[in-house]
Amino acid sequence: MKTNDLILQTVSKVILFLIVLFSLYMFFAGHYHPGGGFVGGLMTSGAIVLMLLAYDIKTVTTILPVDYKKMIAVGLLFAAGTAAGGLLFGVPFLTHAFTYVDLPLLGKTSLHTAVLFDTGVYLVVIGVTMTIIQTIGESE
Amino acid sequence: MSLLHFAIISPLILAIFIPMLHKYFHKIHTGWFLLPLPALLFFYFMSYFPETAHGESVTETLPWIPSLGIDFAARIDGLGLLFALLITGIGALVVLYSIFYLSKEKEKLNQFYVYLLLFMGAMLGVVLSDNLIVLYSFWELTSFSSFLLIGYWNHRERSRYGAQKSMLITVFGGLSMLGGILLLYLMTGTFSISEIIGMAGEITGHQFFIPALICFLLGAFTKSAQFPFHIWLPDAMEAPTPVSAYLHSATMVKAGIYLVARLTPVFAVSGLWVWLVAGIGILTLFWGSFSAVKHNDLKGILAYSTISQLGMIMSMLGVGGIALHYGNVEDGFYTVAITAAVFHLINHATFKGSLFMVVGIVDHETGTRDIRKLGGLMTLMPITFTLAAIGTFSMAGLPPFNGFLSKEMFFTGMLRAKEIGLFNFETLGILFPIVAWIASVFTFLYSMILVFKTFTGKYQPEKLEKKPHEAPVGMLIPPVILVSLVVIIGLFPNIIETLIESVMGAILPSLLAEGHEFHVHISHWHGFDSPELWMTAGVIIAGILLYRNLPRWSGIYNRMPERFSLNRFYDTGLEKTQLGAMRFTGLYMNGFIRTYLVYIFTFMIFILGTTMVYKNAFKLDTSNVANIHYFEVVLAAIIAISSITILFSKSRLTSIILLGAVGYTVSLFFVIFRAPDLALTQLVIETVSVALFLLCFYHLPKLGKNEERMGFKLGNLLVSIGVGAIVTLIALSAHSNKEFNSISEYYVENTYKKAGGENMVNVILVDFRGFDTLFEITVLGIAALGIFAMIKLRMTRGKEQG
Repeated sequence: MKTNDLILQTVSKVILFLIVLFSLYMFFAGHYHPGGGFVGGLMTSGAIVLMLLAYDIKTVTTILPVDYKKMIAVGLLFAAGTAAGGLLFGVPFLTHAFTYVDLPLLGKTSLHTAVLFDTGVYLVVIGVTMTIIQTIGESE
Repeated sequence: MSLLHFAIISPLILAIFIPMLHKYFHKIHTGWFLLPLPALLFFYFMSYFPETAHGESVTETLPWIPSLGIDFAARIDGLGLLFALLITGIGALVVLYSIFYLSKEKEKLNQFYVYLLLFMGAMLGVVLSDNLIVLYSFWELTSFSSFLLIGYWNHRERSRYGAQKSMLITVFGGLSMLGGILLLYLMTGTFSISEIIGMAGEITGHQFFIPALICFLLGAFTKSAQFPFHIWLPDAMEAPTPVSAYLHSATMVKAGIYLVARLTPVFAVSGLWVWLVAGIGILTLFWGSFSAVKHNDLKGILAYSTISQLGMIMSMLGVGGIALHYGNVEDGFYTVAITAAVFHLINHATFKGSLFMVVGIVDHETGTRDIRKLGGLMTLMPITFTLAAIGTFSMAGLPPFNGFLSKEMFFTGMLRAKEIGLFNFETLGILFPIVAWIASVFTFLYSMILVFKTFTGKYQPEKLEKKPHEAPVGMLIPPVILVSLVVIIGLFPNIIETLIESVMGAILPSLLAEGHEFHVHISHWHGFDSPELWMTAGVIIAGILLYRNLPRWSGIYNRMPERFSLNRFYDTGLEKTQLGAMRFTGLYMNGFIRTYLVYIFTFMIFILGTTMVYKNAFKLDTSNVANIHYFEVVLAAIIAISSITILFSKSRLTSIILLGAVGYTVSLFFVIFRAPDLALTQLVIETVSVALFLLCFYHLPKLGKNEERMGFKLGNLLVSIGVGAIVTLIALSAHSNKEFNSISEYYVENTYKKAGGENMVNVILVDFRGFDTLFEITVLGIAALGIFAMIKLRMTRGKEQG
């Protein structure tokens, strides 16, 4: 069955970048405003799901040749690695550190190890969602 | 983290890099990368000897979970040091040997050496931890690495069987030991071994004392293959020979002995401990040596021999524990058994390690280990023969090798057992020297079988797969070193007297006054009037007579009914358990998720309902509720209408859309209640899961006839009403019951102060409750991989069938 989804395809081409950008914003803003790794990750996967709906799995995997299972592993390494990093400085597991620096353009910026941990969450969420959807989608 | 901690975990760290080294330097045998580590560690541990030799100990503590009293306390004293030296010393030799034993083309070397390093680190952890929980963790890790190494050739059915057997038996013991550890904790309030030993006398009368004692002994006996748990060790011989030499003879099986020695100051005041350790030990000694004779497989003989020798050391530790009641008498009258145990522990590692390596050489060069096919190899493999002869003569207790010295000392210890005036030893104690003597005869006998059936007699080249010749030098160096030790210790035992003294100081600390030491003197000659001399002579004569007439009496081994053997008991037990479990599972697992959901929900209603009734927790308090706005009513109405409509919808597509509507409306509720994070998450989750449903939608069957049956529907109706009611009631009660202040104040106060963030929800997720998040994403990852595996595996299986 050939469906006519020209509108969906055209719209999603534009919207996709907005969603991804917005999800990145939410990811970074998480510590001060609504957002965070979990929502950010879900929204990014939502963008990819939109692509899947507009096109098909084959097209999407050619555009994004990512092995999402590896993404889960990398994400977990990020999270566990940040958590274990504290041990090197003689503080308990999962102790975060943060500082504020003045960066050009951005002004006063907070640097926080929680961002690294959250990056892990972000990657795992994308990895998990996409692994599940791709696996089920492929099993025709 | 001190250098000592680093030394303990250094094998585990190296293990991480082995796969990479194997991949990128595949031209070099991976073993060469390992070899420096145990050798270095050996010399590192040697550097502690001057300190421990004077009865001192070094403790380095690294906090782990301080709130539970668990810290990684590494403590090195005489006993720990002896084991550390055995682990690293024999470890280095075994690694060198394995380089020549395992071919780099055919074997999966990366796996082998990862397992071996895993074991080495774990074993070091067992003998150098002062904290019982840390000791337990490492203890189980040795069981796992042993399982992996036994099953290394996992294409062989016997390997898998042996691996599973060793795992089941040793892990059973390990869990029992964990029980013992917890009981000890309840009695003493600490996990630290040195502190527990410090309060040893205070807990004897406690009601948990005997249960804890039995739990620990179960752990020690299963690990050290004591009767009746010894059955796993012969099957563990399926492992490659370097592993048998290392784990199943020199180190891991001695962990049980280590545990018994370590806890002797705590438990040996009890008569039950003395009788169990000594009694089971001597029984194992006899049964092991008696069973060894009937075997035709060289490794089988060595396995039973190891069992019997472990029993011997165990019995000496048991009898020696009596010394706690008598104190340190000048000539070491009661402590001699402990001296003998430590001495024999060292000797056994040297001669048994070399014998395993010799058997490995024979197996490697001839292709068989069956003594019926072997024979006459003396002229073909002269060096190997010499090594085997020295090793077996030492094992048989012949002078001038080290086994002779410890065997004589063992007889001394056993003879003195009957002179102990405690725990009925004055009457039953006479059994010890008698059984010890009989067992020694059999030990002599199998030692002779081992060396003479292999190397003398008729050469049968037609039964061998390969043409035998002398082994490569690399394979000969390790056994040569060990055999040299056999001879050197045999001739000059005084060189290790200081080592033995320091170990005894660690086993019996309470017998030493401040600044005192044990004085050990090992002598070859006790005079013509000493009973030990005549016992040894008797062993040799009886042994030779039995060896000459072997065919005449070996028929008794066939008389023993196979039906009642322990192996048979284990096999049928395992089979019956599996069958029973399968039948039981079959009763309620029917393969339909909806049935399982009914179980889960029914159980949920039951457990929550009874708890609420039991605790009298149902309560409705309307004094502190907000006003209801009209849009909240509207949203609630939408949710109610859509959920009810789902029940009557005829197609899945409608259901999915309605379910999505419910989800989106809930997220609107979050907006009203000013929870933007929740609202956002709920919105995105709803979107993604609707997409997911649409995908799954393809694969589901049409709504079937089955669901139309009245009974089925009625049951589901009841369950769903129950769940709804209980959740509502709990929600209302939770609101009404305010037993204590909510933790939210803490978060409000500290989100910026302590965590440097402003969004409380996210700070809780990544910082305050970061552990939860870490494990949640781990679970998510596992779930995704599980779904991937299930679907992909099903698809490939379908292809095979199609």
